[in-house]
Amino acid sequence: MAILNIVQAINLALKQEMKKDKTIILLGEDIGKNGGVFRVTDGLQKLYGEERVVDTPLSEIGIVGSAIGMAVNGLRPVAEIEFSGFLYSPFDQIISHAGRLRTRSRGRFSCPLVIRVPYGGGIRGLELHCESPEAILAHTPGIKVVVPSGPYDAKGLLISAIRDPDPVIFLEPLRTYRVVKEEVPEKEYTVPLGKANIVKEGTELTVISWGAMLKYTQEALSKTNYKAEIIDLRTISPVDTETIVNSVKKTGRCVIVHEAPRTCGLAAELIAQINEKALLNLEAPVERVTGFDVPYPLYKLEGYYLPDEKRILRAVEKVMKF
Amino acid sequence: MPRKLVTNFKVEYLQVLDNSGNADEELMPRLSSEQIKELYELMVLVRVFDDKAYNLQRQGRLGTYLQVKGQEASQIGSAYALDKKDWIFPSYRESGALITRNHPMYMLLLYWSGDSRGLESPEGLNNFPITITVGTQIPQGTGVAWASKILKEKVVTMIYFGEGATSKGDFHEGLNFAGVFQVPAVFICQNNGFAISLPREKQTASETIAQKAIGYGIKGIQVDGNDVFAVYKAAKEAVDKARKGKGPTLIECITYRLGDHSTADDSSKYRPKEEVLEWQKKDPIGRLERYMLKNKLLNDKNKKVITEKSTEKVEKAVEEYEKVAPPQPEDMFKYTYAQMPDKLQEQMKDLKGE
Repeated sequence: MAILNIVQAINLALKQEMKKDKTIILLGEDIGKNGGVFRVTDGLQKLYGEERVVDTPLSEIGIVGSAIGMAVNGLRPVAEIEFSGFLYSPFDQIISHAGRLRTRSRGRFSCPLVIRVPYGGGIRGLELHCESPEAILAHTPGIKVVVPSGPYDAKGLLISAIRDPDPVIFLEPLRTYRVVKEEVPEKEYTVPLGKANIVKEGTELTVISWGAMLKYTQEALSKTNYKAEIIDLRTISPVDTETIVNSVKKTGRCVIVHEAPRTCGLAAELIAQINEKALLNLEAPVERVTGFDVPYPLYKLEGYYLPDEKRILRAVEKVMKF
Repeated sequence: MPRKLVTNFKVEYLQVLDNSGNADEELMPRLSSEQIKELYELMVLVRVFDDKAYNLQRQGRLGTYLQVKGQEASQIGSAYALDKKDWIFPSYRESGALITRNHPMYMLLLYWSGDSRGLESPEGLNNFPITITVGTQIPQGTGVAWASKILKEKVVTMIYFGEGATSKGDFHEGLNFAGVFQVPAVFICQNNGFAISLPREKQTASETIAQKAIGYGIKGIQVDGNDVFAVYKAAKEAVDKARKGKGPTLIECITYRLGDHSTADDSSKYRPKEEVLEWQKKDPIGRLERYMLKNKLLNDKNKKVITEKSTEKVEKAVEEYEKVAPPQPEDMFKYTYAQMPDKLQEQMKDLKGE
């Protein structure tokens, strides 16, 4: 089995699915000849031609809007938004249209499209290249939001996303694109949407994270002796409440780590779910370690903005010693 | 050093039928007497429907409604050029195009009474749900047309919007894509003079809307939008061209919104009555009638019959609409995803108090 990073695993998923399903069309800026600014689609245009791997004009509303139309009319478009901050421009298309079409047409039309977006910070990127908009997306009905944390899941989740009958926003962790490597089977497999992954079982504390933050959360926890149960959320919407609640019922303590801003961040929703379904099992208030309610800073300050080992461990200690 | 003219563009204007009902024989599109009668019947039907919908709203039997009045030639002339399997992307003022495309009238009333069941395009009809946000349907229509091209289907997509939409980014991005990828789409801009209260001359400094097509490398043409023959001719040429794989067209129909923007609007606040009266004289239905009377395609007797038949059809649609039982609250949840996620199951139970 080959050892791949996340970029390679996504490339493999696209390559294999496109071979199988001729209706899959990739479209985005610089994804063809250039193979994408992060090389995720490298070599695919050569393999499948310019009609199936399309270099589009610099036009996010054009990309998402026309991908919606393609999906309505029988294709399976996989659009790439080059950088996370560029996703805000086609939000109208996503929120007002992709997420509503099935409802508005009462199932007559649907929109099975995937929008891939490299997301998150920690790469000394330019302004608006390091956004974490998952909570805004999770708040939007009718779409699904998926975040892989490693290569194995990246491949399996992307294949599920492409085959899913509803629009899926696929957020790819930029910071760990090439850092996290693991064995990825060549053979076809899927990882189901809507199911969280218990990365490590434990009895004393539940720690929930996703995307790039998972790796740094795991590293921080490895410095403690607590028997932490670590959950990788994988799908942000619809969220796997059952796995979370069962874990918290077992451990009685919980810390949630995400790099998006705090207010109305996904942690807020998860805490609400825990309060509704496992309040009496809690031994301590749930702690969240998050980005701050500020615009993502220019990169000289991003180290202060992103949850780090110190902040994660402080929250863990607070919850454990409550 | 050269300083020279690099390129030069022209914008065509097309009128076939003048306001007195005289048609230019050379420009006249190929339409049989039966087809002309059909166009007329559709225009009358849409007018009767539109007036009825307006009255129903005034009587509290319908919600906010957006009138077609004055734009029948633009909508019917264009939609009439399509084949059954073609797509249309209507905005909120396209009852005329939708009726031409066999969208049941009782369903239109249902939609404008706040019931999503009215939006469901009947099987076999590719009528995209009415778009409420302005211009966002333009890149989507481009995408549908693009898919037809990729799938090698000889299907055309017609996308409707007003001149106000041409100020939006969606218009630019949608038409630019259409040009770059040479998709089989026809863009129908009904320039009806106003975007709610903003007059056309304040919408854009561009002399015509049609010339905007030039910037995207596609064909643009301006037509008399109250002349059903001109609209049909331009639309048919554009549809045929698109179907042959020869690229998209932007058609600017110069027309006028005789009614208010919506039943919640009062246009006397922003335009003089005299202007409306001037345009009433250019009513597209009256113009076609004059042509048909002259050419013995219509007489007072069958004109009356056509109006009566239209009224009958509309009354039947109203009856059918008012018979529809209220929607069930489960409907809110049923179509959000292909498969209802747990959270929605829970929320639905919550609503029912289970």
